[in-house]
Amino acid sequence: MKTSPSNLQKTLENGKFAVTAECGPPRGANVKVVRQKAELLKGVVDAVNVTDNQTAIVRMSSIAASAHLVQMGLEPVMQMVVRDRNRIALQSDILGAWSLGIKNILCLSGDHQTFGSQPDAMNVFDIDSMNLLRMVKNMRDNGKDMSGFELNEAPQMFIGAAANPFADPFEYRVIRLAKKIEAGADFIQTQCIYNMKRFKEWIRLSREEGLTEKVYILAGVTPLKSAGMAKFMNNRVAGMDVPEDVIKRMEGVPKEKAVAEGLKICLETIAELREIKGISGVHIMAIEWEEKVAEIVKAAGLQK
Amino acid sequence: MIVAEQKPIDEIKKMVAPYQKLLILGCGTCVKTCFAGGEDEVAVLASALRLSFKKDGKKIEIEEKTIERQCENEFIQEAASCVARNQAVLSLGCGAGVQDIARQFAKVPVLPGLNTTFIGVQERPGLFTEECVGCGNCELALYGGICPITRCSKKLLNGPCGGSQNGICEVDPSVECAWQLIIDRLKTLGQLDNIRAYIPPKDWRSSNSGGPRKLVREDHII
Repeated sequence: MKTSPSNLQKTLENGKFAVTAECGPPRGANVKVVRQKAELLKGVVDAVNVTDNQTAIVRMSSIAASAHLVQMGLEPVMQMVVRDRNRIALQSDILGAWSLGIKNILCLSGDHQTFGSQPDAMNVFDIDSMNLLRMVKNMRDNGKDMSGFELNEAPQMFIGAAANPFADPFEYRVIRLAKKIEAGADFIQTQCIYNMKRFKEWIRLSREEGLTEKVYILAGVTPLKSAGMAKFMNNRVAGMDVPEDVIKRMEGVPKEKAVAEGLKICLETIAELREIKGISGVHIMAIEWEEKVAEIVKAAGLQK
Repeated sequence: MIVAEQKPIDEIKKMVAPYQKLLILGCGTCVKTCFAGGEDEVAVLASALRLSFKKDGKKIEIEEKTIERQCENEFIQEAASCVARNQAVLSLGCGAGVQDIARQFAKVPVLPGLNTTFIGVQERPGLFTEECVGCGNCELALYGGICPITRCSKKLLNGPCGGSQNGICEVDPSVECAWQLIIDRLKTLGQLDNIRAYIPPKDWRSSNSGGPRKLVREDHII
């Protein structure tokens, strides 16, 4: 059975600037929470990432929440981490996800379980995110599972990977991007960008390696709510880089104007990103702030 | 070496409480080197237990003995007479030692006095670090002699995750990012190409995932 490609794939292939957002599933089984968040994003973005037990905290599964989005007419990017499932479970879940109408997947390592609410859990890490990319690609392009068994229907996933230009060692970040593309990534969503200088350097090096021609890069942004949030993200969130001048800027405005300043920074970032050669879209991660996405999209002039 | 540490004394006391005649059996190899179960540690633990039980008003006779290795029958038999005259053995060997002692002396309870932690080294005095998970298929040649399966918190085979910053692992500020170490070393060796290529999923059958492992050496079977 030939199924049409995902909206996200079509948007990117047509050379349109893509916009994705994020929907974190609830810490409970209440579907209403998913639906409320989805309503805020419907018609606003090309696709919505559904996180997979992010920060290693138990939530409604990304597959189930993604399926709810499909039912509502939204297009999910199902995130899948290798922390909690071995290769058998991963393949099985990918087949199941495809059967539920999920067409995009983002392949991740996953936050370590010691960050979450159940640090006493055992992790899996049977394969890494690179292996996961290759696995999904093989299922799609060769129609086979990892054992070489021919699948009666191959999941035609549009395959995504993450990149963090702000992690170390910096020089390896471009090699890692190349490896992810080689392994199977069609698109990349990056860590939130506050350090534009470093991001531009990473993109420049990636361009030089010809990588931006081989993959669609969606640049990550997160609107800041306060100076406290900026500092927290810089100091406490793994792999985040919020430069001093951004923190100072947030500190420089009265508290009641912090939200507006955060949005302004976010919009300036998006505007700057759109000018960079090799950037195909933005990924707006408004964490537990889904209602802000439509406002950002509109203000940035990125309406669908 | 196998690195281990002594269990808290209260936990040990609870385990040995039912017995009046106890043998504390040390091991003179790995656990001696990591200051957990050699002759000295046997003596200190025996004194501590005697004193503690005396305070509690409980009578207990404690015998001390240390053998070269608790994982080799030849040495284990040296303890046979000591084992025979006691009601229980508190082994200060690693998990393998405890089980081998139990295997040789079917009717005597053998209790673990240590928590076996890992295969590691003493990086500097007083600091022991894990270096090997015994996966059964060593690929250290590829990674410049630094094992990502053991030393990367996520066992990543294809490079560092997004949580590596300034050489430190996101999981614990006291842990070095194994991938930073691997990359630095491969650069020094001029072997960075080793990790440019895609590294396929690991075959875990040679590890503990394949079930308890056995090694048969035909050339040593008598």
